[in-house]
Amino acid sequence: MMPEVAQIALILALILAVVQATVPILGAHLRDSAMMSLARPAAYGQFFFLAIAYAILTHGFLIQDFSIAYVAQNSNLALPWHYRFSAVWGAHEGSLLLWVLILSGWTVALAALSRSLPENFMARALGVLGIVSIGFLLFTLLTSNPFERHVPPLSDGNDLNPLLQDFGLIVHPPMLYMGYVGFAVAFAFAVAALIEGRVDRQWVRWSRPWTNVAWAFLTIGIALGSWWAYYELGWGGWWFWDPVENASFLPWLVGAALIHSQAVTEKRGTFAAWTLLLAICAFSLSLLGTFLVRSGVLTSVHAFASDPTRGIFILVFLVIVTGGALTLYAIRAPRLASAPPVALYSRESLLLLNNILLMTAAAMVLLGTLYPLVAEALGWGKISVGPPYFGLMFFVLMAPLVWLIPFGPLTRWKGDSVGRVWLGLRTALALAAVVAAISWVTHQDLPLKAIGGIAAGAWVIFGTLSFLLQRIRKAAPGRRLTAEMIGMSLAHLGVGIFVLGVVVTESLNIERDVRMQPGDVVEVAGYQVALIAVEHREGPNFVADEGIFEIRDDGVLKSIQHPQKRRYLRGQVMTEAALDAGFFSDFYIAMGEPIGTEGAWAVRLYYKPMIRWVWLGALMMMFGGFISAAERRLRQTVKTRDESEQPVETNLADLPERA
Amino acid sequence: MNPMRRRRLILICMLVLGVGSATALALTALRENVNHFYSPSEIAQGKAPHGRTFRLGGVVLEGSSKRDGDTLKAHFVVTDRFENLPVEFEGILPDLFREGQSVIAIGMMNTVGLFTAEEVLAKHDENYVPAEVQEAMEKGKALREAKANGNLGS
Repeated sequence: MMPEVAQIALILALILAVVQATVPILGAHLRDSAMMSLARPAAYGQFFFLAIAYAILTHGFLIQDFSIAYVAQNSNLALPWHYRFSAVWGAHEGSLLLWVLILSGWTVALAALSRSLPENFMARALGVLGIVSIGFLLFTLLTSNPFERHVPPLSDGNDLNPLLQDFGLIVHPPMLYMGYVGFAVAFAFAVAALIEGRVDRQWVRWSRPWTNVAWAFLTIGIALGSWWAYYELGWGGWWFWDPVENASFLPWLVGAALIHSQAVTEKRGTFAAWTLLLAICAFSLSLLGTFLVRSGVLTSVHAFASDPTRGIFILVFLVIVTGGALTLYAIRAPRLASAPPVALYSRESLLLLNNILLMTAAAMVLLGTLYPLVAEALGWGKISVGPPYFGLMFFVLMAPLVWLIPFGPLTRWKGDSVGRVWLGLRTALALAAVVAAISWVTHQDLPLKAIGGIAAGAWVIFGTLSFLLQRIRKAAPGRRLTAEMIGMSLAHLGVGIFVLGVVVTESLNIERDVRMQPGDVVEVAGYQVALIAVEHREGPNFVADEGIFEIRDDGVLKSIQHPQKRRYLRGQVMTEAALDAGFFSDFYIAMGEPIGTEGAWAVRLYYKPMIRWVWLGALMMMFGGFISAAERRLRQTVKTRDESEQPVETNLADLPERA
Repeated sequence: MNPMRRRRLILICMLVLGVGSATALALTALRENVNHFYSPSEIAQGKAPHGRTFRLGGVVLEGSSKRDGDTLKAHFVVTDRFENLPVEFEGILPDLFREGQSVIAIGMMNTVGLFTAEEVLAKHDENYVPAEVQEAMEKGKALREAKANGNLGS
């Protein structure tokens, strides 16, 4: 009975989505207030029915209702209860339901908090979100229904993919989806603006926190995925340039560009058309990411068993949404004229450069990711693009960006002199040089590129700190540091920490695959790793061989590690790596496979210096995004004293066309 | 030329230069880092390059996987059910490496007709077969049938 109720709830949600997508937009066109006011109740109702459907699926997992095919495929009687919650999004159908639920949640938040914005604008924005929702609800109902019955009901289920039975995976997809779907808000604002044909700085300001929050969620989602791949997949790396990783990274890059260009549009009124384009791109790439992951068109270690009709559905939807938005953009954007030009060296120019570099990087990643598809379509054979391509392109594009970061916050709008900014950064450069020199003296084996990378990371950190110090020293009390500045600085410090982590771990890590039998000792990075014994263990839904390893530093015991090789009931074999994690280095031990007859094992021993800094940097970027979203100024929609020199609303179409 | 125009010209030149060099760099980098895919049959026909890394895909032949007792060397045979190709690999095989299951190995041919793999790829899901491998297996099947029909005819 319950699954059928959920099914009906989904259909009702779809009907409300159709109402939300049509009536308010039409009402805004006809200036009919009653029609526009339907947007909010429709959004609330849709969320209500989706929440019911989602709760029923979760309930199905909790009570182990194996008459639901999806539950039977992704759970079994031995599955611990906490994984039954996360099993809901453990496979395609449920994760799609989560996608729609989160979209609806963002819509509700937007509807509830946007009362101060013009009615007709919000009617259009909510309508656009309704259109997106229709697409995904149809997709769920037509191609990936999680409530399909299994007749006759099974007595036991198939079990959740063991890779997903892990804390990292409980939180990774929801965070990622919060980010993906969060860009829908900026997208809806952009499309609504294009329909209206003008960019109003009041709502550009108002939409900034939403973009920041979405980007922060995406940051943590990607970081969690990277962390999970590191300790759970047993590969010992943090990024593989896999198509599915790239799929989440593309909207991140564009989102980072969008955050910066929105700041310019809000504060200076320039870049308006560009900001709209970025908002469309960010969400389109989120959709493309969904398509790439779900369609299986690309060979990826992450790919799930796929169904071609699903891929085609998303592709068609992508074409409609992106194509529609871009067509609208092509028609309307020329009407959005730019504001007066600025000096060559100004904060606007630096942010433009930031945007160009980030977008070029995104284009390069996109090219490398889709190249195999293009090549196959053109009959160049089946190919794949190796990580060295991405590594090289990224290095070339990101190195200048990283070096430019400290200049941005210190440079004035409209125009500034390089000399003035430079004065404030001399100390930072000197300190960065000292750090680089010290690392070169202590680690003679570091390649020149790594020394440069360390200098760059230190430069970003010291440069950002100089900005903070100068604000505290010079600005008037009470205006010294706003939430926006703290958030920005934290995110920039995060970039510095991230760069240091990446450079050090990539150039100094040690990876050794060795054969070990109990009693063997292997020396790695000055530590002695001994295999003491291999024992048999039993878990709730698996059996395991557990290695007991001692890590010693010159004979002094540092830690005892217990990596496992698990065999789950479903027959899947899984590596549970053991980590001796530290702020400055990780020791990573994973069991390979048994070799020969004397109880020997293939063992993977990794020494990863400063790899934690990679995720620490990402974490700081995430907090930076959240903190800057808390900026009070951005939530005010009335004119305040601070900006009396700027008109609150600039109808850009009215400004004279630039000659 | 007024200063406005001149600045715009400089901007456009810089843009063209930037986009041009970025594209050139990207295409060079792409060309050097692209791995082609070949099935055992295609390799038997001599289509695979020598001295270049490529990807080999197929199914691990049942009963072919052997591990050396003293080192990390592993030997197995990749087949598309028409031609077989022996592979050697030194290291740890992925968790989902199984006889009778699809596999992708990255490496190159050595002089004695053995494929030396640097990397053997795993996947997330045991039901998932990479598109290339699926196609290779279908081609292998077609070749097998063609051969069977040819034998009947002669």
